[in-house]
Amino acid sequence: MTKQTQTAVKKPTEVEENAGVAIEITGMNKWFGDFHVLRDIDLKVMKGERIVIAGPSGSGKSTLIRCINRLEEHQQGHIIVDGTELTSDIKKIDEVRREVGMVFQHFNLFPHLSILENCTLAPIWVRGVPKAEAEETAMHYLERVKIPEQALKYPGQLSGGQQQRVAIARSLCMNPQIMLFDEPTSALDPEMIKEVLDVMVSLAEDGMTMLVVTHEMGFARQVANQVVFMDQGQIVEQNNPEDFFNNPQHARTQEFLSQILH
Amino acid sequence: MAKNNLAYVRTEIVPESPAPDLSKGIIGWVKNNLFSSISNSIMTIVGAMFLMWVLPPIYGFLFGNAVWPGEGVTVEDCRAKGAGACWAYIDDRMTFFIYGFFPKDAYWVTQEGLIASIMTYWRVNLVFAVGTLLLVPLMWPDLKYKLLNSILFFVVYPVFVFFMLTGGVFGLEEVPTVKWGGLTVTLIIGLVGIVVSLPLGIVLALGRQSKMPIIKTFCIMFIEVWRAVPLITVLFMASVMLPLFMPVGMTIDKLLRALVGVSLFSAAYMAEVVRGGLQALPKGQSEAAASLGLNYWKSMGFIILPQALKHVIPGIVNSFIALFKDTSLVAIVGIFDLLRATQVANLNLDWASSNQAITGYVFAAAIFWAFCFGMSRYSIMMEHRLDTGHKN
Ligand SMILES: Nc1ncnc2c1ncn2[C@@H]1O[C@H](COP(=O)(O)OP(=O)(O)OP(=O)(O)O)[C@@H](O)[C@H]1O
Ligand SMILES: [Mg+2]
Repeated sequence: MTKQTQTAVKKPTEVEENAGVAIEITGMNKWFGDFHVLRDIDLKVMKGERIVIAGPSGSGKSTLIRCINRLEEHQQGHIIVDGTELTSDIKKIDEVRREVGMVFQHFNLFPHLSILENCTLAPIWVRGVPKAEAEETAMHYLERVKIPEQALKYPGQLSGGQQQRVAIARSLCMNPQIMLFDEPTSALDPEMIKEVLDVMVSLAEDGMTMLVVTHEMGFARQVANQVVFMDQGQIVEQNNPEDFFNNPQHARTQEFLSQILH
Repeated sequence: MAKNNLAYVRTEIVPESPAPDLSKGIIGWVKNNLFSSISNSIMTIVGAMFLMWVLPPIYGFLFGNAVWPGEGVTVEDCRAKGAGACWAYIDDRMTFFIYGFFPKDAYWVTQEGLIASIMTYWRVNLVFAVGTLLLVPLMWPDLKYKLLNSILFFVVYPVFVFFMLTGGVFGLEEVPTVKWGGLTVTLIIGLVGIVVSLPLGIVLALGRQSKMPIIKTFCIMFIEVWRAVPLITVLFMASVMLPLFMPVGMTIDKLLRALVGVSLFSAAYMAEVVRGGLQALPKGQSEAAASLGLNYWKSMGFIILPQALKHVIPGIVNSFIALFKDTSLVAIVGIFDLLRATQVANLNLDWASSNQAITGYVFAAAIFWAFCFGMSRYSIMMEHRLDTGHKN
């Protein structure tokens, strides 16, 4: 586990003040065919809040956050993102996707485009930003993730950690209100995990609303306002990190923590 | 340290020298590649013997004993015993191979010289020249103005070709398509087939993956029907059966029917090639595009298709090559393409000799080969250029 030393990140109480609901999920259910993946999910995320979602493999963590930008479709209940309810209305979906950035386990950069083009494509073609301005923004975020010098290279020429940082920058270029992370460090070699986590910590410090699926419990302790524990498609326990780690309520949470923390 | 004269470290750098000849140079290469083992050596020897057996006669026929065009060369030279390919015949009939029965320009045909011979078929030659002028910069990767270039080539040029060849306007003599022929027709069918089948194939491939059942079913049926029918059948149906269903008095040009048949037929194949490319792309690509807010068309246009098509360039070019060669099947329904022109020219009694037909076919084959080989090399070049070092 990566060591996270500083704890400069704002904690829950500070967040709740600037109110405003970012994501509200109520009574949500989802099936893959006959398989009931998500059961009765209720989750409320305030603006500026950082939620870490943990749980055993196959518990539905990825599916849950993919529902938030409609990469997966839910069959029951409501998901309201930034005031927009997700239905089959494509306009609404596109609206939500513009405001919600996502970072994937396997980076999913566009291999046929340069790093800079990866970052400018969506601002130019979705937001209609002029090219020069989009490139300026892209360079700003590439500097922020500390790889401006790679701008003209192609994704295939970068290391995993660098690619993941580009993926974060690419999302940020759309100026999203909410960022979703699906195990952003799981495909990385240990020595590259820190560079990605550092970027995420600095994002959190800037007050970005974040939903992070991760097994990096150090990150959760340092950054999260809330830790959500999922098992078999249900939210089993949800608590602030302090209590979640030191005083888990549920037997399954205890078992999971004992495994993951050795 | 005790003094001694033994130096353990070299004081001088040994000059650079090439590796021993065993692994380098011609001898080394031959050793490594042709005689690396006993079985390899045997194959090399057998192969060399085979080449020595077949190459000299082929060379003799095509070059050594061939009858080249020139002053005073007549059909008698081609009839002589031991004569090889009768290139003089090809030279004499060249315009027929290229233009078929396209009418000659009344004025220029009476003139002498190179310019006159070009101007005799100036309408077709102008079409060739403009086509080349538009196509070369389009295929040249670094040149700019690709959009303008594409519009000129794909939209303006076909209209130009149509009026130039058909005539009937601007004081041009009207030329019915039955008079078009030779390489001209082969290139027209091949090019139209290529230009129509790729975009149509892409649309069909996307339709086949559509979530909308009507579109999906239509595309699947279209693809499967056309793929399941031999091209010859398609051409026969287009030329013989279609007119039966037409209202009385209404006809569709025979060449046009063949063009449509060939294009739709190739589009069905192209669709499957493109689908292969689409399926090879990891799902993460479209998910990443979607998560950035790109809608279906933008995602397809910027992310999915560029990659999918790049992956299947060999398959696409393979289809193009197959299509270009298949154009020769239109000869069966009486369209006067290069192969048909060759067949007809071969019957020409002025050049009747034992090697006349084979020379004609060798010539036609060489032309087909040149175009197909060109496409193949071009695609290899593009593959290298588009490689950004990523392996999915
Ligand atoms: N497209 C799909 N079709 C059918 N079943 C699926 C699909 N995607 C996921 N599943 C199933 O849904 C369940 C939850 O998957 P999900 O990917 O959300 O788990 P996860 O908690 O993210 O697991 P991991 O930690 O391994 O990533 C798993 O049992 C998985 O097999
Ligand atoms: Mg997952």
